[in-house]
Amino acid sequence: MTCSRRDFLKDAVSTTAASILPLSAFVLLSTEEAKAAVANSDARYAFLIDTNRCVGCGMCVKACKNENEVPYDAPVTRMWVERYIFTKDGEIHIDSPMGGRDGFTDNEMYGEEIDPDDIVKAFFVPKGCNHCDNPPCVQVCPVGATYQTKEGVVLVDREWCMGCAYCIMACPFGARYFHPVEKVADKCTFCYHRISKGLQPACVQSCAFGARRIANLKDPDDPATIIITTERVAVLKDLYGTKPHAFYLGLDHDVR
Amino acid sequence: MKWHVLHPLWVTIGVIGLIILGGRLLVPDDFGVHGRNFTYGYHRLGSIQDWKDFPVKYQGRDSCVQCHEENVRLNSASVHSAIECENCHGPAVNHPGGVQSLTVDTSRELCLRCHAQLGYPNSNRGSIPAIEDRRHRRRRDCSTCHDPHSPKE
Repeated sequence: MTCSRRDFLKDAVSTTAASILPLSAFVLLSTEEAKAAVANSDARYAFLIDTNRCVGCGMCVKACKNENEVPYDAPVTRMWVERYIFTKDGEIHIDSPMGGRDGFTDNEMYGEEIDPDDIVKAFFVPKGCNHCDNPPCVQVCPVGATYQTKEGVVLVDREWCMGCAYCIMACPFGARYFHPVEKVADKCTFCYHRISKGLQPACVQSCAFGARRIANLKDPDDPATIIITTERVAVLKDLYGTKPHAFYLGLDHDVR
Repeated sequence: MKWHVLHPLWVTIGVIGLIILGGRLLVPDDFGVHGRNFTYGYHRLGSIQDWKDFPVKYQGRDSCVQCHEENVRLNSASVHSAIECENCHGPAVNHPGGVQSLTVDTSRELCLRCHAQLGYPNSNRGSIPAIEDRRHRRRRDCSTCHDPHSPKE
């Protein structure tokens, strides 16, 4: 064999590299196939959250925990309500006790009482998974346990997730958590089991003030879709570029 | 080429071959790219049906009215009409099948979620008639005087 050292190294590296590629990675969708996969859905769900209406009752958090079997007393939640209080000294006080599960019944925050006379502005912001169009949590999963359905809902495959929690770190909104019982990553599923039967998500149904609503962005007659497309809406953390699909009315500039 | 030089290469290829073989055996057949692209659509297709099969707990007001007509009628005519029955009574699941009677939570804390005076200017909270917890009939359940289904009576 008259093979030079250089040639041998080149051959060795290229052979090894070629055998590393798993065969399924060679499935490349043509652009037509890719468009067809997304286009053949007649729904793209999004949240419409009106912070002007939210009173901080926390019924949505309670309903979500009951409906989705999230351990009630564990400090984990699929969605939560934050309270923002702006006081006269220019401070912003933010809290979300147990995610707002028990509502907000007094002005005590971290052991200190805030005097209502000191309050300049105060409001509540319901949050949860934004079911982004470019979800970073899906992108980082090393095993393919999380994915986005054709309706835009981001889900976790409980049987495949290995609990590395990489996705929990990746979400800029903090929407994911580690399920203490199932030992996998968990998050808001948009109540997929409900919307696929024509019901509303648990949080939407339980909101008595209409602060939480859902929209099907592909349905031009959906009243919530009309609001999203014609009124002034905002999203959280726009600079991350994840294209979140939870649209807010009345979102204050200081909301994190 | 001497065998001892090529040996690590054969070991590497062997290990990678074992991993690919293990994948072929252990990975379910419906695993693949389903949807937009590899980045966002690489998953086990059966998972979607798993999530659709998750049991529904909250049934909604329409299922309550079938038997509890009177209370639903009272509630629908009152200022509490927008509140779902299950918000206070808990999820129905398959009541009366599984759970004979849903707990009636008459605690003060439940009502204070909306009716505690917080004094926030410009919040929708201000439009709800509220009490200062410390000053109004302390430690008693609100339902001793107020009917939750039609509170203004």
